[in-house]
Amino acid sequence: MKLNLKIWRQNDAKSKGKMVQYPLDGVDGDMSFLEMLDVLNEELINKGEEPVEFDHDCREGICGACSLQINGEPHGPDRKITTCQLHMRKFNDGDTIVIEPFRANAFPVIKDLMVDRSAFDRIQQAGGYISVNTSGNTVDANAIPIEKEKADDAFNAATCIGCGACVAACKNASAMLFTSAKVSQFALLPQGQVEATDRVLNMVRQMDLEGFGNCTNTGACEVECPKGISLENIARMNREYVSASVKG
Amino acid sequence: MATLDSKVPSGPLADKWTKHKNDINLVNPANKRSIDVIVVGTGLAGGAAAATLAELGYNVKTFCYQDSPRRAHSIAAQGGINAAKNYQGDGDSFYRLFYDTVKGGDYRSREANVYRLAEVSANIIDQCVAQGVPFAREYGGLLDNRSFGGVLVSRTFYAKGQTGQQLLLGAYAAMNRQIHRGKIQTFNRHEMLDLVLVDGKARGIIARNLVSGEIERHSAHAVVLASGGYGNVFFLSTNAMGSNVMAAWRAHRRGAYFANPCYTQIHPTCIPVSGDHQSKLTLMSESLRNDGRIWVPKRLEDAKAIQEGKLKPTALKEEDRDYYLERRYPAFGNLVPRDVASRAAKERCDAGFGVNKTGEAVFLDFDAAIMRYGHEKALTSGINDADAALVRKLGEEVIEAKYGNLFQMYEKIVDENPYKTPMKIYPAVHYTMGGLWVDYNLQTTIPGCYAAGEANFSDHGANRLGASALMQGLADGYFVLPYTIGDYLSQDIRTGAIPTDSPEFDATEKDVKDRLEKLMSGKGTHSVDYYHKKLGKIMWNKCGMSRNEKELKEAIQEIAALRADFWENVRVPGSLDSKNQELEKAGRVADFLELGELFAKDALTRNESCGGHFREEYQTEEGEALRDDKNFKFVSAWEYKGEPKDAKLHKEELTYDNIELKTRSYK
Amino acid sequence: MSGLIKSSIARKIAMALSGFFLVFFLLFHCTVNMTSVFSADIYNQFSHFLGTNFVVQALMQPVLVFGIIFHFVMGFVLEIKNRNSRSIRYTQYKGGTNAAWVSRNMIISGAVVLAFFGLHFYDFFIPELIHKYVQSHPEDPTRYFPELIHKFQNPVRIGLYVFSFVLLALHLWHGFASAFQSMGVNNKYSPGLKKVTQVFAIVVPAAFIFIALFHHLNGH
Repeated sequence: MKLNLKIWRQNDAKSKGKMVQYPLDGVDGDMSFLEMLDVLNEELINKGEEPVEFDHDCREGICGACSLQINGEPHGPDRKITTCQLHMRKFNDGDTIVIEPFRANAFPVIKDLMVDRSAFDRIQQAGGYISVNTSGNTVDANAIPIEKEKADDAFNAATCIGCGACVAACKNASAMLFTSAKVSQFALLPQGQVEATDRVLNMVRQMDLEGFGNCTNTGACEVECPKGISLENIARMNREYVSASVKG
Repeated sequence: MATLDSKVPSGPLADKWTKHKNDINLVNPANKRSIDVIVVGTGLAGGAAAATLAELGYNVKTFCYQDSPRRAHSIAAQGGINAAKNYQGDGDSFYRLFYDTVKGGDYRSREANVYRLAEVSANIIDQCVAQGVPFAREYGGLLDNRSFGGVLVSRTFYAKGQTGQQLLLGAYAAMNRQIHRGKIQTFNRHEMLDLVLVDGKARGIIARNLVSGEIERHSAHAVVLASGGYGNVFFLSTNAMGSNVMAAWRAHRRGAYFANPCYTQIHPTCIPVSGDHQSKLTLMSESLRNDGRIWVPKRLEDAKAIQEGKLKPTALKEEDRDYYLERRYPAFGNLVPRDVASRAAKERCDAGFGVNKTGEAVFLDFDAAIMRYGHEKALTSGINDADAALVRKLGEEVIEAKYGNLFQMYEKIVDENPYKTPMKIYPAVHYTMGGLWVDYNLQTTIPGCYAAGEANFSDHGANRLGASALMQGLADGYFVLPYTIGDYLSQDIRTGAIPTDSPEFDATEKDVKDRLEKLMSGKGTHSVDYYHKKLGKIMWNKCGMSRNEKELKEAIQEIAALRADFWENVRVPGSLDSKNQELEKAGRVADFLELGELFAKDALTRNESCGGHFREEYQTEEGEALRDDKNFKFVSAWEYKGEPKDAKLHKEELTYDNIELKTRSYK
Repeated sequence: MSGLIKSSIARKIAMALSGFFLVFFLLFHCTVNMTSVFSADIYNQFSHFLGTNFVVQALMQPVLVFGIIFHFVMGFVLEIKNRNSRSIRYTQYKGGTNAAWVSRNMIISGAVVLAFFGLHFYDFFIPELIHKYVQSHPEDPTRYFPELIHKFQNPVRIGLYVFSFVLLALHLWHGFASAFQSMGVNNKYSPGLKKVTQVFAIVVPAAFIFIALFHHLNGH
């Protein structure tokens, strides 16, 4: 099929970017979206132009590196997948596809479609861990029985891949879904209780410092999340936060 | 030829590690504060090592090419992690895990290392649970286990199909705690381009800031390489796009021996290649082989019809199907180890029985399992008169509960419904057992340079068992390396900070810059991917699932020629001093072009078939691997001598005092 | 504790709490208005009591005014902050594919309701103050109902009134359920609770509209 691509090009963080049109022929339905961009890049290189820079790594939907706002939606029109799992058969011959970077002040553009998501790392560094030494001298694993349902909920929260689609989809560029998933993962487990108060306060403080917007419960994040992280996590974080604030 | 000192402690196998830990030197806490350690790679091994070293008090700098340590490719491991916990009471023990691993590795791994791995495996699970890793649990609240290929007990802990992700997030959390304390400094989007040696010791690295293009010098008292495997030498593999051998290869060029490069694991259940545009391959978990039956048509004309799309697989009668694994290996059937399953698939496809348009795929069929589970479900639900449609519906629900996410992934990629028509699968490069040669302390042949995880060669011999990669990465990172490295660093308590303005740093930085400029100066018309794909084709066709002398010799010639062409004609657009992913790729492919040749040379030298290395000349009449313990019971460790063809072989003889060498049989 | 005042979650909870308060007030207001449909006397009695009772006038009324102002000001502050967190906009943004219009446009429905408040103050609150405190009319416990009827004569005003309440319904459709989520209530009862809030969001504004149309059409 033949496509008309409109892609955001920006040299580096400081320069101004713009949308550039690229017609692309010979796209196969079995290609993944990123393989389609590979084809474009190969063409650009052969023409002596600079290829389009974008983040990607595992190409199987788990590392969370790929991003891209495709036709107005993070990770494109399909649900519960990342951009690398999106296939061109979802598009039609002659389509125009608009490709932009994830936009948020907290995610500055590095180059073209590549953004800096280190704000997420700093949120996790503020408290997304359990302070246990890695000595191996902990209690036996089965000495901490955990209700299956709780363990499964913690797992579901922990499946967040930190791609930033929640921020990209949110009209407010809020990072509540991400932060709440990280808080919930530990809040649901007995091991996480000791530091629960400081954890939620510190992670929320860091989230606010990074310049993300406020959550207005539109639910767009949950719909666009490739891992189906639930809004329940945000409610849980709100509860945790209030009780932590009261406790001080 | 020189022999290598593996520094395995004396004494009975089971006491070696305890004794060694008691014997080695320690660094006191105050002195640790003045010692710096560089960790390259932040997957399970690197992340765990960085966290533990920082926790012990060392100043740690981590480097990864990804934008966050949490994206390292350990994250993609699906199935699980082995540990000899014996929670199921099925007779598991350290010895059994040790035995299974050595046997699974076709008796080409080092006994003492494997036993230590089995010993610390139990600690890993305790550690991870304490860190909050949400492993799967039973309704009683205790940990659940599943079983994996090649073993007779249930010792695999898992978190659905995302065990690697959960473990990596655990290690990353441990890192975060230390980053928060200021004990780890992270250098993300940085790539190590060379190792700096001062007085013969590893004292730092030259790295490139991938965003600004700046070349940076970083010094330390020791350097840990945990940069993963080199499966991407095949271009198509299940590795991440960025996975590369650069850190290990640069160390090799500076004097670290590279061991067993030809031991590659080809995983039998991956989604087949769909066309030339393919950039990477996707694994379907080994757990699928518990319920799926693998087959191809019995008759060539049926295979042809299926390839051309004229015949539906579901229309082929039971007696016209060849369940070749069940036929050849009645005892283990579809659950034979990975190397055996992969070769059998290749054998059928080479004979013309492949089932997709390229002829390189076999069926993985869940129909029997669906009907079996359906019947069971109907009976337990009290439905005695269920018709076939209902049974099928109930069975599909059971399969969905077990493998739903994998089936969904398959359908997204292939656009076929695997509940209705059998999956098509084909083997793909997945893991490399070879890597930097290390002694018992995980130190390479360069003093102060350590290698952990997939980057070293130590524990899996010629073939890795399922769910053992995660175990090894974490064992090395959390429980082995942080202690053994102390023995070395204890000599450095008076050294003080290593200056980066020494002539050694100057010289290495110059080498790096020259090389980068040379890469940029090729003004040919071919992109980096063009060369990478060509290399991949040579590797796959001539150094892949089965190898022979003639083709290996051809491969050596072809790779050397391709490398020369690459340096002459590669086209790298953009500039040195900005984000430039083509330049990054070029540097990696340049190293693959050297490694590939050494790989072929290693395969050519090893005149036997073992594990993932199958030489056509050395097989039984039934086509099974023929190992030669008399002549090849050693580790091949290659010393860099300029061109890969000049590399010098050093042998580490393997001794087996605690295990009897047998021919692996799964019949 | 400082987090309870300044953080993003605190602001979210403040919006939810003030929202709940306004929802409660709305229900109360609706109930009082509804009495006018059945009996002018009851309506007059209620109105007279509310208009002259010290507790209502000196304590509850300022709280109400503060609640309204707080909810609006905070709403606008948040909107500005949120807009500023994405200073380079998307050239294509399909918000409609992942969130409802009402959820994304609370600022619009809110602004319309605010405009209505302006009208309502002009119509009711300011004349009431003038009536009571500037012109110092004597107390007349029967004046409320005729005043009400008079207000509902002008069809333009009725149109604006109806329009505002439709927007209020949209605002409540998202806002009422959203306040529960903000307060951390999201569990197995939430889908049911959401239904209840949506019924409320329709029924209460519809009741206001009904009252207005009733008096307009029965125009005594």
